[in-house]
Amino acid sequence: MSSVKRGSVAIVGAAESDLGAVAALMSPIDLMAQGIHRALADAGLTLKDVDGVFCACTQARTSAMSLVEYLGLPNAYTDSTIVGGSSFEIHVAHAHAALEAGLCTVAVVAYGSTQRTVGRRAASSREFNPYETPYRPFLPASAYAMAANRHMHEFGTTREQMAEVAVAAREWALLNPAAWEKNPLSIADVLNARPISDPFTVRDICLVTDGGGAIVLTTADRARGMQQQPVYVLGSGQSITHASITSMPDLTHTGAIESGAQAYRAAGLTPADIDVLALYDAFTINTILFLEDLGFCPKGEGGRFVEGGRIGPKGDLAVNTNGGGLSYCHPGMYGLFLLIEAVRQLRGGCGQRQVAEAQAAIVHGNGGVLSAQATVILGGPATV
Amino acid sequence: MPSASASPLSIYNEHLKRGELGYQFSPSLNKAVFYPRVIAPVTGAADLEWRVSKGLGTVHATTVVHPQQGAPYNVCLVDVDEGFRMMSRVEDIDPRDVKIGLRVKVRVHTPGGEEDPYPVFTPAEGA
Repeated sequence: MSSVKRGSVAIVGAAESDLGAVAALMSPIDLMAQGIHRALADAGLTLKDVDGVFCACTQARTSAMSLVEYLGLPNAYTDSTIVGGSSFEIHVAHAHAALEAGLCTVAVVAYGSTQRTVGRRAASSREFNPYETPYRPFLPASAYAMAANRHMHEFGTTREQMAEVAVAAREWALLNPAAWEKNPLSIADVLNARPISDPFTVRDICLVTDGGGAIVLTTADRARGMQQQPVYVLGSGQSITHASITSMPDLTHTGAIESGAQAYRAAGLTPADIDVLALYDAFTINTILFLEDLGFCPKGEGGRFVEGGRIGPKGDLAVNTNGGGLSYCHPGMYGLFLLIEAVRQLRGGCGQRQVAEAQAAIVHGNGGVLSAQATVILGGPATV
Repeated sequence: MPSASASPLSIYNEHLKRGELGYQFSPSLNKAVFYPRVIAPVTGAADLEWRVSKGLGTVHATTVVHPQQGAPYNVCLVDVDEGFRMMSRVEDIDPRDVKIGLRVKVRVHTPGGEEDPYPVFTPAEGA
């Protein structure tokens, strides 16, 4: 899919907006603007430098229009592709092409959500589907629950293995001052929590928080003179296999197989080269599926792979070091936060949760109900 | 392509009102197509033919939804024998007893009022 050049653009700024439960009557666009202001400061740039605006939002149907108005950037190059939580990984791929083509010179990718404040239903209302809505699936959870049900049936994956994913995320979150969750979590806590949609309890499911943020991208030439160590975009890929779970070709094989292969090919890297993984963990089964589909273990082995704290802070594979959507924050669409954490890890300076000598990161976004898979591989100076 | 005299959904609903599970088949794709559409996926051909299912299928995946209020209920995906998958629920048994591989038979559920009928399934022993 991609003919852009490996490493021709870099992320030079990254920041969260306020997270968790934000001030009363903040709007999603307020949070985008707050994220942009902080990310530009991180980059040593100002709004005057920005000529590319990329965003997605469930609470503003024409989010690029709203954000361009708010920022006063009528001539900005815009893209508000929205395919759920992975939209932001796709924005990075699109910004890569736009920067390389000279359609813009400094791009921001922004997100904001006040779903905790306004309620999940108000933030992201479900479209009526005559072939699904009458059965009252609790979406998106019931769709992922059925994928987990298949994974358990086909590969013998257990509830305890899924709980390991939530426990590892919590242990990482306890090392991240910005994380929502502040208390330890055990496997028994996960299994005994309130059931939502079998096999999931509430602890298998991502948080419901407010939050937003932004990243800043520019060309590699310009990035090299800037105040932060550039984080280069080495490759990306996407695969959108379905919209509703009924149409998913195979419930245990996701489009990450294809999006990951595209990204590895573009980056010229393999799973063995990756130091940091940021995987969209809206549900515990996601991490297991993506470890398999991105080549970190064979298909069907994901459950056994995560046992014994292997993906936690004391394990040998650094997965979701910010605490993930399960324990750090999850404001409706989470894809931007994966990118922010990968950037921070590749720069160094993540304190207690810093992965030693991290040079390459895989960022994997997931949108809809395992529907829109998008992968971005990022690298530090040693990779270009 | 000529103007549509009836939408795919309205034809599907008409079948249900007659107690039938309608679906489409595309000769160019050589496959059943569900949900109903105006053209076949992949081939793009306007060759979709309506057929009536025998109404038998197998549970492919299942979950029990635990609402904050009210009783837990089943949601599942059923692989219908003619080669298409649909979301539905299995009735007449405890939702926890719905398992992958369970053979099921269609039953048209008629909610009444303004709501359209929709297909549900019941266990089909020996089918």
